[in-house]
Amino acid sequence: MSTVLIVAEAQPDGHLRKATLHAIAAGKDLAQKAGAQLHLAVLAQDPAALAEQLKPYGAAVIHTVASPAFAHYVAESFAPAVSALASSIGAGFVGAAATAQGRDLLPRVAARLKAAMASDVLRFSGSGSDITFTRPMWAGSVIADVKLKTPVKVFSIRATEFSAAEPGGAAAEVKAFVPPPEVTSSPTQFVSFNEVKSARPELTEASIVVSGGRGTKGDFKEIEALADELGAAVGASRAVCDAGWVPNDYQVGQTGKVVAPKLYIAAGISGAIQHLAGMKGSKTIVAINKDPEAPIFQVADYGIVADLFKVLPELRAAIHAAK
Amino acid sequence: MKILVTAKRVEDPESKIKVKADGSGIVQDGLKYKINPFDEIAVEEGLRLAAKHGGEVVVVSIGPKEVQEQLRHALAMGATKAVWVNHAGALDPMSAAGLLKAVIEREKPDLAILGKQSIDDDQNQTGQYLAEWLGWSQATFASKVDSLESEAEKAKTPAIQLAADGKAAQVVREVDNGLATLTVKLPAIVTTDLRLNLPRYASLPGIMKAKNKPIEELTPAALGVDAAPQVEVLKLSAPPPRKAGVKVADVQELFTRLKNEAKVI
Repeated sequence: MSTVLIVAEAQPDGHLRKATLHAIAAGKDLAQKAGAQLHLAVLAQDPAALAEQLKPYGAAVIHTVASPAFAHYVAESFAPAVSALASSIGAGFVGAAATAQGRDLLPRVAARLKAAMASDVLRFSGSGSDITFTRPMWAGSVIADVKLKTPVKVFSIRATEFSAAEPGGAAAEVKAFVPPPEVTSSPTQFVSFNEVKSARPELTEASIVVSGGRGTKGDFKEIEALADELGAAVGASRAVCDAGWVPNDYQVGQTGKVVAPKLYIAAGISGAIQHLAGMKGSKTIVAINKDPEAPIFQVADYGIVADLFKVLPELRAAIHAAK
Repeated sequence: MKILVTAKRVEDPESKIKVKADGSGIVQDGLKYKINPFDEIAVEEGLRLAAKHGGEVVVVSIGPKEVQEQLRHALAMGATKAVWVNHAGALDPMSAAGLLKAVIEREKPDLAILGKQSIDDDQNQTGQYLAEWLGWSQATFASKVDSLESEAEKAKTPAIQLAADGKAAQVVREVDNGLATLTVKLPAIVTTDLRLNLPRYASLPGIMKAKNKPIEELTPAALGVDAAPQVEVLKLSAPPPRKAGVKVADVQELFTRLKNEAKVI
């Protein structure tokens, strides 16, 4: 029986990243289609707690891989461990969420396994080893069905396209895997991580996102106030990130974060192709823009042609009054 | 120092991409082509490093004869020389990385800078395959602490910091929830994110000079590389359209519809 190996990801503080639960759901779906068993890999200095937490999510086996070299993520330490594990269990598929870590790590794992890779997979189809990967190209303007011709196939999944796995069912068996010695001899050294700290929910995990564009002229006070009224995350267009008005981490778009909340409010965002690619999967989209011709209105469920500095406080007051 | 950079030919990111009716490809009529925007950032960073530390910038592109336009563009920006891998067929990240590895083994650069992804296939893989196959350090999604409107940017300061002994470099990376800093051992692979720099325009003298700069022509066969792609594209399609929305008259109507119709607040 073939195996689908999903690599779990921890936040810098050691907690599980929610995107991993979406990757596990994708792994389950693929394992069912491929007639394969689902295994998880947990790499950490001390992976026991994460493995324990992941036990009820439906994997057959969780492989814990411990090394002091995993205190901070670097591709050159993680890739030899993941590829050695994949080879030792005869994994036919290796995947993870398309987070910054997943994007950095998986091609390096694929290179070691001489495997082809599909990035940002939206869905799987087919059966057995004949699996088709559906993924976006040209900033989501095109959807491609691709096959990977190598014996081992590597993929990253777009977390917003798969619902998070739910706990329940038999607990996974936990096995320790000893990584190869080269994980400790990385030519790349971690120096520091400057986290953008925020009390608001993480952009890709929030159920409501309020985003600002060039129309804010860099003044995000009303964007933030509405976001806080709604318990929402704050996003931004590329232009305002490039200008340094808000942290880079706020950028929604094909080259930034891809989000699909139940409500996306775009204020003063014109709607460049690459921004739309990052948010058009949202359930309900609201566009607020002074320019009636702005392309954002073409994807909006509700559009209002008005000044965002007038609309946002009024909307916040209406929401507050209704509470 | 010797820096190798890439210049993939891609559709202009501003153009509207349409899928052919039979799903076999995209409609190419009327499309303009450009250097991949992330590669253009790589060329710029290479030029800044060469200006600060001395050295040369070699630009590489893979594709049919048209990719010489992108090589000339990079030469006009200031690259020293170009390598054209003449290849007509489909290319995937593995075949691109295989060809680039062979070029790097000939050119022996101290650093190779690539775009983090190309805006056509959006795979974001080539630099990582290349780093692994070379056994080199990688620093993907290179960015910087300073904004693109900072004084450091205006002064065209390179973001990649070389160690005093020239054997390592420090790279700030754009990752989820912040910026991570790595030290890579040279030679290394760096891939660029959007906010590493603002690429310069090619000046008229630069464009004139570029005409006389050398473009070396190579082929996959000459490099001893089998460039057959392992990612097979079966079919392309347009994404499902969103249904048309409505314009609301005022904030009260917006609020009412969000609450009662969409039921999202």
